[in-house]
Amino acid sequence: MAGKTLYDKLWDAHVVHTDANGTVLLYIDRHLVHEVTSPQAFGGLQLAGRQPWRRDSMVAMPDHNTPTTPGFTTIDDPVSRLQVETLDDNARRYDLRYFPIGDMRRGIVHVAGPEQGATLPGMTVVCGDSHTSTHGAFAALAFGIGTSEVEHVMATQCLIQKKSKALQVRVEGEIGIGVTAKDIVLAIIGQIGAAGGTGYAIEFAGKAIQMLSMEGRMTVCNMAIEAGARSGMIAVDETTIEYLRNRAFAPMGDLWPCAVAAWRELHSDPDAVFDRVVVLDAAAIKPQVTWGTSPEMVVAVDECIPDPACEPDPVKRSGMERALQYMGLQPNMPITDIQLDRVFIGSCTNGRIEDLRTAAAVIQGRTVAPSIKQALVVPGSGLVKRQAETEGLDRLFKQAGFEWREPGCSMCLAMNADRLLPGEHCAATSNRNFEGRQGQGGRTHLVSPAMAAAAAITGHFVDVRMF
Amino acid sequence: MKIFNQLKGLVVPLDRANVDTDAIIPKQFLKSIKRTGFGSNLFDEWRYLDHGEPGMDCTHRPLNPNFSLNQPRYQGASILLAQENFGCGSSREHAVWALDEYGIRCVIAPGFADIFFTNSFKSGLLPVVLDVHTVNQLFREIEATTGYRLVVDLPAQTVTTPDGIVFHFEIDEFRKQCLLNGWDDIGLTLRRADEIRAYEIRRREETPWLFA
Repeated sequence: MAGKTLYDKLWDAHVVHTDANGTVLLYIDRHLVHEVTSPQAFGGLQLAGRQPWRRDSMVAMPDHNTPTTPGFTTIDDPVSRLQVETLDDNARRYDLRYFPIGDMRRGIVHVAGPEQGATLPGMTVVCGDSHTSTHGAFAALAFGIGTSEVEHVMATQCLIQKKSKALQVRVEGEIGIGVTAKDIVLAIIGQIGAAGGTGYAIEFAGKAIQMLSMEGRMTVCNMAIEAGARSGMIAVDETTIEYLRNRAFAPMGDLWPCAVAAWRELHSDPDAVFDRVVVLDAAAIKPQVTWGTSPEMVVAVDECIPDPACEPDPVKRSGMERALQYMGLQPNMPITDIQLDRVFIGSCTNGRIEDLRTAAAVIQGRTVAPSIKQALVVPGSGLVKRQAETEGLDRLFKQAGFEWREPGCSMCLAMNADRLLPGEHCAATSNRNFEGRQGQGGRTHLVSPAMAAAAAITGHFVDVRMF
Repeated sequence: MKIFNQLKGLVVPLDRANVDTDAIIPKQFLKSIKRTGFGSNLFDEWRYLDHGEPGMDCTHRPLNPNFSLNQPRYQGASILLAQENFGCGSSREHAVWALDEYGIRCVIAPGFADIFFTNSFKSGLLPVVLDVHTVNQLFREIEATTGYRLVVDLPAQTVTTPDGIVFHFEIDEFRKQCLLNGWDDIGLTLRRADEIRAYEIRRREETPWLFA
């Protein structure tokens, strides 16, 4: 019999019951909760007179609606305020572990959770947010769910699931200087497409993945969903274990060596069989820039915008034409000719300390181009912000003309006040370049933090390797 | 859960791949703490020419005449025909609530994003996967025929055209039964409460750090 994939191991360990047709009741270890997708679930729970099954599995914090203006004291938008207050109320009512506004540990749920050690190898992790795939970086089975499933997990600690197929994405060799985890994952999405991972759980493997820090691994797994896969995951190694040591929620004392021994089993067996394998050569990956309105519309910074006329598939061709029209761009135009209006560094993809360090390193005493209306740096959590300030990164950013903000989701999805105006081009370190994602009519180009910082200084895209 | 059995409905075409949930229901409407009130903001940025905000009266907003949902021939549609990867992006179930409240009971496409697909069943919205050639053929027929209606039969797992051509679709048996019977799946799961507790006792022994 063939060995097990990492996905098989995680799945098998959480099966509570299997029906005759293969439908599984899957146990959930960690439930992360934020203000946008939880109010209706808490409401449903209350309406049915149910209590949370295991409140110690839940960690809650507001992130999507929270202002990022330095020293803010209140949320001006009454609708946003009510949503955050509703989470405050629910956290109190059900006595949840809660990081409210004002708590240093608060941040984007996918940054602040792992930072506390709330995501451990071998866990199943869910959240009413598609970027829950992030937590797979810890060899956890982590995926986003809708509000009905949020309520289901609250009420039963389980989800009704069918097993996905297994896709291994192997990135072999080493990436070059100036190329980051973000470029790796954008290149993967460019290769397999925005629906390439639909129906699959992706395991990222290969030397280039193993060489990434936990921050980099989270960036890669975060965007598994942009390739269509609900979950992405990476095997446990020393990097994983060292990251978790002494984190607040991590096992302590005698439990630590027991846990570590169990975690070391969390990798695919050498003879495991995947339903599909995709291989990329890391050395061939260059800094990536998206030009369209789907993350699959991506090319290397030294390339030109593709010409829809060369696309044989009519559905794809009309999608490209529509995207170019929306983006106000021409086919065959060099990527480096795209002029930018705003720059956004942050999000659950790239709002961690390593991301801020790489961006700061690019600046080196230079200043933001006068043509840039706004360059935002939004740390992913209060602790990322404090660490960056301890290292003096905030001063580097501010001296260069960047705004230094409070943590939150911010301009990644523009639910709070941070947004693009119609027609504006933005170099963003976030995860989605959909129409209107960063503000109605806004034009998003997804890049790495280093590429975003370099673009802020020049006012247009530039190959950060030559910078 | 809302029951779905058989539906004969007018079909509205949305001939685009990768229709994401941000497009289905833009973020500003996600600030609501209710499960209703999303229908008039379905596809808000494509449907209206002005910028929509929560609480606006949509009856007087300028409509985009080029958007299919606004065209007179598609008024009253209950079936949406779309292209590959429908419902990609954010996990927001508000997208399903908006479609449902607008009156869409079934979406037919060559493929759906996994989270949207799962969410659909929770509101009794049936996602039907047909192959891309069939979907393209349906797009052509809709374009050519005003008042084009399809019959979607869940028990038989078929979609039937006005000409009587029948296409079969696959659906997971458990999901099918949930839709046909309107089962509340939390209630179903809680019937297994003893098994869940037994699992927890075993796991607490094996991996105590997961229960800290």
